[in-house]
Amino acid sequence: MTNKILYVLGALAMVLLARDIYVIARLPGEVEQGAIFKIIFFHVPVAITAMTAAAVALVASILFLVTRNFRYDALAVSVTEVGLAFLAANLVTGSIWGRVIWGIWWTWDARLTSALVCWLLYASYLMLRKAIDEPTQRATFAAVWSIFSFIDVPIVIFSIKWWRTQHPQPVFWGGGSFPADWGRIFAWNMLAVVLVGVVMTMVRLRQEDAQRELDSLRRTAHAI
Amino acid sequence: MSAVAVDGVWKYYGDYPALRDIRLEAEPGACLALIGRNGAGKTTLLRILAGFSRPGRGEVRIFGKSPREGEARRRIGFIGHGIAVYDELSAVENLTLFARLYGLPDPRRAALEWLERTGLARVATGLVREFSRGMRQRLAVARAFLHGPSVLFLDEPFTALDDRAIAVLQGLLREALAEGKTIVMSTHQLREALELASHVALLNRGKVAFDGPRTPEMVADPGYVYERYGEN
Amino acid sequence: MGFFRQVFVIMAKDLRAEIRTKEAINASLAFALVILLLFSFAFENSDESMKDNLGGLLWIVFAFAGTLVLNRSFARELPNDCLDALIAAPISGAALFLGKALANYVLVLGVELVSLPVFGIFYDVRWARQFPELLLVLLLGTWGLTVIGTMSSALTVNIRLREVMLPMLTYPILVPALLGAMQLTSPLVAGTPIGPETVTWLKMLIGFDAIYTAVSLFLVETVLVS
Repeated sequence: MTNKILYVLGALAMVLLARDIYVIARLPGEVEQGAIFKIIFFHVPVAITAMTAAAVALVASILFLVTRNFRYDALAVSVTEVGLAFLAANLVTGSIWGRVIWGIWWTWDARLTSALVCWLLYASYLMLRKAIDEPTQRATFAAVWSIFSFIDVPIVIFSIKWWRTQHPQPVFWGGGSFPADWGRIFAWNMLAVVLVGVVMTMVRLRQEDAQRELDSLRRTAHAI
Repeated sequence: MSAVAVDGVWKYYGDYPALRDIRLEAEPGACLALIGRNGAGKTTLLRILAGFSRPGRGEVRIFGKSPREGEARRRIGFIGHGIAVYDELSAVENLTLFARLYGLPDPRRAALEWLERTGLARVATGLVREFSRGMRQRLAVARAFLHGPSVLFLDEPFTALDDRAIAVLQGLLREALAEGKTIVMSTHQLREALELASHVALLNRGKVAFDGPRTPEMVADPGYVYERYGEN
Repeated sequence: MGFFRQVFVIMAKDLRAEIRTKEAINASLAFALVILLLFSFAFENSDESMKDNLGGLLWIVFAFAGTLVLNRSFARELPNDCLDALIAAPISGAALFLGKALANYVLVLGVELVSLPVFGIFYDVRWARQFPELLLVLLLGTWGLTVIGTMSSALTVNIRLREVMLPMLTYPILVPALLGAMQLTSPLVAGTPIGPETVTWLKMLIGFDAIYTAVSLFLVETVLVS
């Protein structure tokens, strides 16, 4: 049953994505910045998806601590990994955009810097998980750290924004104008991106379930 | 009310059950010897009884309370694999610290008293780092008994003790039992443990394979329980 | 025994053990001095205006050197399984955490206060011009560092690669606090008092400290007894 849902969603996501890329490619270039501005169709949705992933991870972590059900731990790690990948996509698209428009690969503008810090935050969550072998301890500690990390996200965004308000720099990306009729395409692509995220999370979840079963079988085998 | 009641306890490492449906009871004044092969789950069970970890399922009650509650913690004494005293502090500093943590009315006096009882009075101000192995073990025993616990959980307490430490510990345990305290001890040293034990429980791969009073056959042949109820 | 008495007993124990062995504090001080020295090579020929930004440098020194102290915090309980004895004792996880955090706080502040005059000498900076306000920033910023670091110490105490994991966990979370502390310290060291632009950083630091102290106290028991 889950397999079927997975395939259907996956197919849907691929079709939607393909169609969106086709439509977006055929849009006229933006007034000030040309074709590269269309990267916004991916740059923003992946960021929104990553943020949603962080929120889901928070809820899953809290639910794990309360119920001690390992499925919530599996959800937390799956969604965090996918979110991290999407946030990386945000950083890369932002960097490419900047390279084309400003000629440099990076600058410490507020959004990019916040994204980088958040990426490091959740990367350290994954590193923590890797360093703990025992499943219950790993799930518990990771859940605690996920809560700590999520609390930091708004603080990071605010403080870096304030820093840039105090010491202004040209905003790296953004600018340009977003024509009103592009709104629908944006929404469709948002849906496509979220779907890809959901499919990736589901695949990762299944892998986690299989891994848990393997681990317990291995321990049973050793005990015999 | 029993001193220690284990009711349907399971412990999981991930999905693997290290302890399965453990049901045991120890009445006040009993001495339960917990035996079993390495990996059977003795240490896991003892740590749950003493409140260091939580069971995945089921309950433990120490005189009716969870071992994590303050009241229960005051009545529990534990000796594990480590001596649980600080190398960089002196013997009396260590014991005074724990006496304070347990809220004893006169921490220093209690500390000195127990140094006396474990034969460490002469080295009270010496740093633990400089102690011999036997002295360290006796200090660990002092730390466990210091706050007058009613229930003692001992994880292989006789392993690697020297003769003097064994004698001290056996003496203290006999006294404790005479005072009506309860002891649960896991052990490989069947002979020393079975001399003191009133009950025996055998753990085999996370389950209780045998649970009953100590019999003369067991004292005569310590391997008896393994042969009858354990695996080959 | 009251909560704060328990906190005090734990704090006193940690401080006594550290002052007797001086392992962490010596390493931390040495590390701070080395970093100050190395950075001075990088800044040697910079112009006067760079000096106004040097205050921020202090926090890199504090954060890195502080980690050596913070790492020790729960790690010192590992030999002889002392952590077990502390968990078994009738004190709450929160009291254990707070006692250790306070001990760390004292030690890290000590390292920082020794580093300040060395900084002044190496970089020819008169750092004491706004000393009361500088001290306030030190107290607030160090508490943030301490709370996160002590929590990370509890989380990494018996896992693989502990020494590597603690900085990996601590620094990303600390970014806002370190940023704020740097933004406050640079003008103070250059002689400008805290003004309407920088006071927001002060509020942010206070907020950071309050939130993470509360969350840590709430969650530490879960970490200690699993």
